[in-house]
Amino acid sequence: MKGKPTFSRPSEVILLAHGSGGRLSRDLIGELFLEAFDNPALAKLDDAAVLEVGGGRIAFTTDSYVVTPIFFPGGDIGKLAAAGTVNDLVTTGAVPLYLSAGFIIEEGFPLSDLKKIVHSLAETARLAGVSVVTGDTKVVNHGSLDKIFINTAGVGVIPEGLNISGANARPGDVIILSGTIGDHGIAVLSKREGLKFKTTVESDCAPLNGLAAAMLAVSTEIRCLRDPTRGGLASVVNEIAAQSRVGIFIDEKSLPVKEEVRGASELLGLDPLYLANEGKLVAIVAPEAAEAILGALTSHPLGREAAIIGEVRAEPAGRCVLISPLRSTRVIDLPVGELLPRIC
Amino acid sequence: MKYLDEFRRPEQIAALLQEIRRITRRPLRFMEVCGTHTMAIARWGLKRLLPEEIELVSGPGCPVCVTANPDIDRAIALADIPEAIIATFGDLMRVPGSLSSLNGQRARGRDIRVVYSPLDALSLAEEFPKNKVIFIAVGFETTAPTLAATIKEAYVRGLANFFALSLHKTVPPALATLLDLGEIKLDGFILPGHVSAVIGSKPYEFIPKDHGLGCVITGFEPADILQAILLLVSQANALAPRVEIQYRRGVNPAGNRIAREIMAEVFAPAPGLWRGLGMIPESGLELRDRWASFDGGRTFPVELPQAKESPGCRCGEVLRGLISPRECPLYGRLCTPEEPHGPCMVSTEGSCAAAWKEEI
Repeated sequence: MKGKPTFSRPSEVILLAHGSGGRLSRDLIGELFLEAFDNPALAKLDDAAVLEVGGGRIAFTTDSYVVTPIFFPGGDIGKLAAAGTVNDLVTTGAVPLYLSAGFIIEEGFPLSDLKKIVHSLAETARLAGVSVVTGDTKVVNHGSLDKIFINTAGVGVIPEGLNISGANARPGDVIILSGTIGDHGIAVLSKREGLKFKTTVESDCAPLNGLAAAMLAVSTEIRCLRDPTRGGLASVVNEIAAQSRVGIFIDEKSLPVKEEVRGASELLGLDPLYLANEGKLVAIVAPEAAEAILGALTSHPLGREAAIIGEVRAEPAGRCVLISPLRSTRVIDLPVGELLPRIC
Repeated sequence: MKYLDEFRRPEQIAALLQEIRRITRRPLRFMEVCGTHTMAIARWGLKRLLPEEIELVSGPGCPVCVTANPDIDRAIALADIPEAIIATFGDLMRVPGSLSSLNGQRARGRDIRVVYSPLDALSLAEEFPKNKVIFIAVGFETTAPTLAATIKEAYVRGLANFFALSLHKTVPPALATLLDLGEIKLDGFILPGHVSAVIGSKPYEFIPKDHGLGCVITGFEPADILQAILLLVSQANALAPRVEIQYRRGVNPAGNRIAREIMAEVFAPAPGLWRGLGMIPESGLELRDRWASFDGGRTFPVELPQAKESPGCRCGEVLRGLISPRECPLYGRLCTPEEPHGPCMVSTEGSCAAAWKEEI
């Protein structure tokens, strides 16, 4: 026998949902990590920490990549590890400069696959104009992990005059999304064991520093910038609503969603709002700057399908509301459970 | 998107709503019996769009929700069997049983996997011949034929390590029980489209005949649901209850003969245990003796803990339409989608989870 079940509450052990970017993740961060590490830079809970160094400000971030499968339409775990961390830096307005790369590899992993992954990471870093300047390699016994995990950290410099944070949204601000949602989630799911289906959707995985630079070149009136990865757009708008104590209204009709993504989502019972993206930005901007910023996005190759998707209101503070095409409303809640683990 | 967008057009929705408003003369309460309808009503915010005379209540139509605690406990206990791999649909993972949930047991090291179809569970059995793969099968007439086909396929492939715990249930006996209880006053039923695609319209005939209530077999898009409501209001106005099919693109009045035949070949009607409604004769589907070697329940007798509900949980009354989710004292305070106390808050098709979506 594997032993009798213990009769404690399920939440007394770590569940996959603790890593899903949903409410359990948020509680874990709030109740354990924030308390233990207790400092003001971390307490802001942005995607990257903003630090005063030598009279200027830098952004510093880290992320671990455990996606399965490691090769998926439109990318692989190496590309993701470079782009994801660059994008976390970008969300502070920083110009990304340097990355670290730590590889944890399962014994028996094909060297040819490792080469592909490393070259892909290197190529993506080059594209983003960042250098991988330090690294680490660990190999663990067969079965101790699934193929390969990568951790990258990144630093960048924040230009003067920018103040971008999830806590800065104000009533009246306009919400802009840089393109279609759900592409990465559907591309990865389509290759999952037990769920394989044919689709032409590719992951949108891409470094977004060029796109952010294009926006910042036309206006610095960007209050919040986020890349809606794990947990999707729903998670990001909920985080911002909570951090800024504002109500966020999203107009479903204006959300750019690829037809294939909509179709696959309907079939699988998924909501594109909750699907992961790896090459999109959500910007909350001052209303007077919205048109110029939208213009800058749509003239950039990575932002052609950008759209204004909603607005910030004072109430209901801390909540997000979806306005359906029928003009009725419903709550966009934080994702719960672990419908799609290991998506990034 | 083809076959979807044409049933979501705002102009069409507005026209249907206007017509409903025009012909509604008195307060009417309709029950939607299918969890997918509950979810669609919440997703499209239909309750807010309907005139206030029209009340929609959810019935016992979410397969995860109507699964009773002893059956959840059985699934959990089966995970303790040596070499067991439990395969189940995702929604069941988080439903609290008497002592734990499948999710909690997976975190404690039991091998419990989410699958998307019973055939995935069959593939697991092939991939892991030394394990015992037990598929926890909840659902109604919609999924029963697939399960039946899977069991036949397991036989054809000679898989001796594939088992199903059939918790499948049939809808008409539950509706009969609900009506016989007489606890709730209704003016008609929004009947499930996909269940009816299998069983057809005849099994519902007793509802207008014996109980004088209108019935409309309904599709799942907003225009479908509003059209069904319009038909139900007309039936109520004319005092001419009958079983109508709104979902004509999916449902043939005679149902699907092939699906029913394979169901009848593999399953026999048996008493079914429903959360909220208790034991209902002939409402369960058990494997016939010929297929007994695939029956996870019969092959692996397990000891069950004393079944207990989460204290204060009123899912049973919610499922009978007696109280709205908001009338449950746990709702929104102790019971939320991230920390659910009962299945109606866990399942994406549950009425409490749907009500939570409407909470602004």
